[in-house]
Amino acid sequence: MSDWLSWYITILTLGNIAACWWLIRWTSKARPGEAAVGETTGHVWDGDLKEYNNPLPRWWLGLFYITIVFSLVYLALYPGLGNWKGLLGWTSTGQYEEEVKEAEARYGPIFQRYAKMTPAALAADEKAMASGRRLFMTYCAVCHGSDARGGPGFPNLTDDDWLWGGDFETIKKTILDGRQAMMPAWGKTLGERGVEEVAAYVLSLSGRSADPALVEAGRAKFRTYCAACHGPEGKGNPLMGAPNLTDDVWLYGGSPETIKETIRNGRKGRMPAHRALLGEEKAHLLAAYVWSLSRREAAR
Amino acid sequence: MSSSATAETYNYKVVRQFTIMTVVWGIVGMAVGVLIAAQLVWPELSFGVPWLTYSRLRPLHTNAVIFAFGGSALFATSYYVVQRTCQVRLFSDKLAAFTFWGWQAVIVGAAITLPLGITTSKEYAELEWPLDLLITVVWVAYAIVFFGTILRRRTQHIYVANWFYGAFILTIALLHVVNSAEVPVSWFKSYSVYAGAIDAMVQWWYGHNAVGFFLTAGFLGMMYYFVPKQAGRPVYSYRLSVVHFWALISLYMWAGPHHLHYTALPDWAQTLGMIFSLMLIAPSWGGMINGIMTLSGAWHKLRTDPIIRFLIVSLSFYGMSTFEGPMMSIKTVNALSHYTDWTIGHVHSGALGWVGLVTIGSVYVLLPRLFGREQMHSIKAIEAHFWLATIGIVLYIASMWIAGVMQGLMWRAVNDDGTLTYSFVESLKAMYPYYTVRLLGGVLYLAGMLIMAWNVWKTVSGARPVEAPVPQAA
Repeated sequence: MSDWLSWYITILTLGNIAACWWLIRWTSKARPGEAAVGETTGHVWDGDLKEYNNPLPRWWLGLFYITIVFSLVYLALYPGLGNWKGLLGWTSTGQYEEEVKEAEARYGPIFQRYAKMTPAALAADEKAMASGRRLFMTYCAVCHGSDARGGPGFPNLTDDDWLWGGDFETIKKTILDGRQAMMPAWGKTLGERGVEEVAAYVLSLSGRSADPALVEAGRAKFRTYCAACHGPEGKGNPLMGAPNLTDDVWLYGGSPETIKETIRNGRKGRMPAHRALLGEEKAHLLAAYVWSLSRREAAR
Repeated sequence: MSSSATAETYNYKVVRQFTIMTVVWGIVGMAVGVLIAAQLVWPELSFGVPWLTYSRLRPLHTNAVIFAFGGSALFATSYYVVQRTCQVRLFSDKLAAFTFWGWQAVIVGAAITLPLGITTSKEYAELEWPLDLLITVVWVAYAIVFFGTILRRRTQHIYVANWFYGAFILTIALLHVVNSAEVPVSWFKSYSVYAGAIDAMVQWWYGHNAVGFFLTAGFLGMMYYFVPKQAGRPVYSYRLSVVHFWALISLYMWAGPHHLHYTALPDWAQTLGMIFSLMLIAPSWGGMINGIMTLSGAWHKLRTDPIIRFLIVSLSFYGMSTFEGPMMSIKTVNALSHYTDWTIGHVHSGALGWVGLVTIGSVYVLLPRLFGREQMHSIKAIEAHFWLATIGIVLYIASMWIAGVMQGLMWRAVNDDGTLTYSFVESLKAMYPYYTVRLLGGVLYLAGMLIMAWNVWKTVSGARPVEAPVPQAA
């Protein structure tokens, strides 16, 4: 900050403290002509309101002095008076960095060891999976749920159905750098009738019943508008995170109404990047945990 | 003393209006509080209706209890006290009436806009800019009526209660205007002129001084009139009142940054927020000592007079929460307590304990005088109200202490590998029993208010409003 502001803060702060000090010194002594203990000041309001002039309680004065002295010492030791850095050289950023360094030193080796293990080895290591699960509860459960089964808009991670690919390295990349999915809104282009037709065709893709006339009309439109991402057979494309529409697994819900809403208004899916939060090593372990979830499910 | 029809009388009409609305808004605000406390136990209680969601009702609750209940109480008592202790009628009846109807309009505006989701999103300053302007106009009128009355006083000295009321009125004007500086983009939306950490700092400078001046200085004014009045004893120490007044109002101004410990706020500001909060213990306790020691020589009244009990227990809660507050402002303590329900408990020991009880006690003193009654209709009902309120507060703050400390400890617990022991949902699940006890505490406190409403009704119905003459001889 500028010198001017620094001095402004310093003078105002010390001035206020000094004023309080002076105030209690001044009022703690009896002055000539003042009402003595046990007498009122002589003023009367509203018939019967009077004031004694008892001295300030000594313990109370002591308390005030102690807090003032403590504050002055604290101001000497810590940053507070404008640009004054404090005798201890403490900063909140410094404290944070120190704590992070300590945590790295203590916990870093655990995750470094895990980072060298294969996903299969990690999945077989109970302790590693317990750590992975705790990471999942902290970073992932808010969206994907404590049981990793997701919810509307948040993929189920246990069913071995993957939007962006389910091999270990791809999962790890998803965790580290996030994913951005974008289903455009087709309502204006297709019109309400067109939305109905395409929805009927999409329903038929996963073997559900729909009006054959609508399905036929929808087939042509699907080729024109949807196939670029979802593929000519509707099997999706993991490079763009475009879902497979034939497997009856629905990210945003599979009711005819919801499917129409998706076509009409589009969807935006966002998996946030975790590189800065987790780092490479923890992401390795977490990816192994997520990878193991669908393996375990499949083994059942 | 003249008893002719032309004799000057005190303006009791506006005091009566604000006093009755204090009770009405108290019940409304606390009922909303009970509803949202219940929603934290049973989230279904918002019934899928957007207007009833917790996020919209919570600001309605805080605005209703602080500005509607507390505000009406401050208007009522300050108008009463300033007239009686200056021995002169209010400066302007018309302006005083305007402050009543203007303030009620603000409250009704809040009750409509907040559930609709219209908000500036600044805590305790959620109302949008048209209402902000109305508040400003009403507040200026309030200041003119109050200070105009002081200037026309027939007494030589200004009574201590009026120092506190005066400081409260001036400071709230300053806080409101600075914090609400905003750029309107439509009738219902504006943006703060401040950005980032500066916005946060201005917000908490406002927020904490709303506590310091609205909820503390104003109610100390109330205390300095009604405690000596009801006890029939002189104020304990004039010079203590001088010291704690000046120390309190000068030190409070700095304390806001303690709401922003360990954030992007610069370190120097955080330090000042902490040390000035610590230096506030003694000035705050000065008010408590002056109030409680006023009773010395009349301690037996605690046994016989439930109104005195309201006032004195209120001061005890004041002392407790003004010790707790500075402790929570210490950075290492704050690292545990911040963002937990401990803060909620702390606020309610001040709001239900100090502000609530001193207001209730003062209304019980004031109301019979305004309606020409000897005393409230039922002293037994006051007794019952006292116990319901006290037990309610204890349940509320004890459960929030446990909940808050538990949250703080659960959030910071780590395993051998440095991962967090508990997920957020686990800490939330652990809160159920404490949220239930808190709800029970709130229900008891509200039940006490309903008894008060009945008692007020019985006292007022059939009574003739009093026009008290101003004594002419000093």
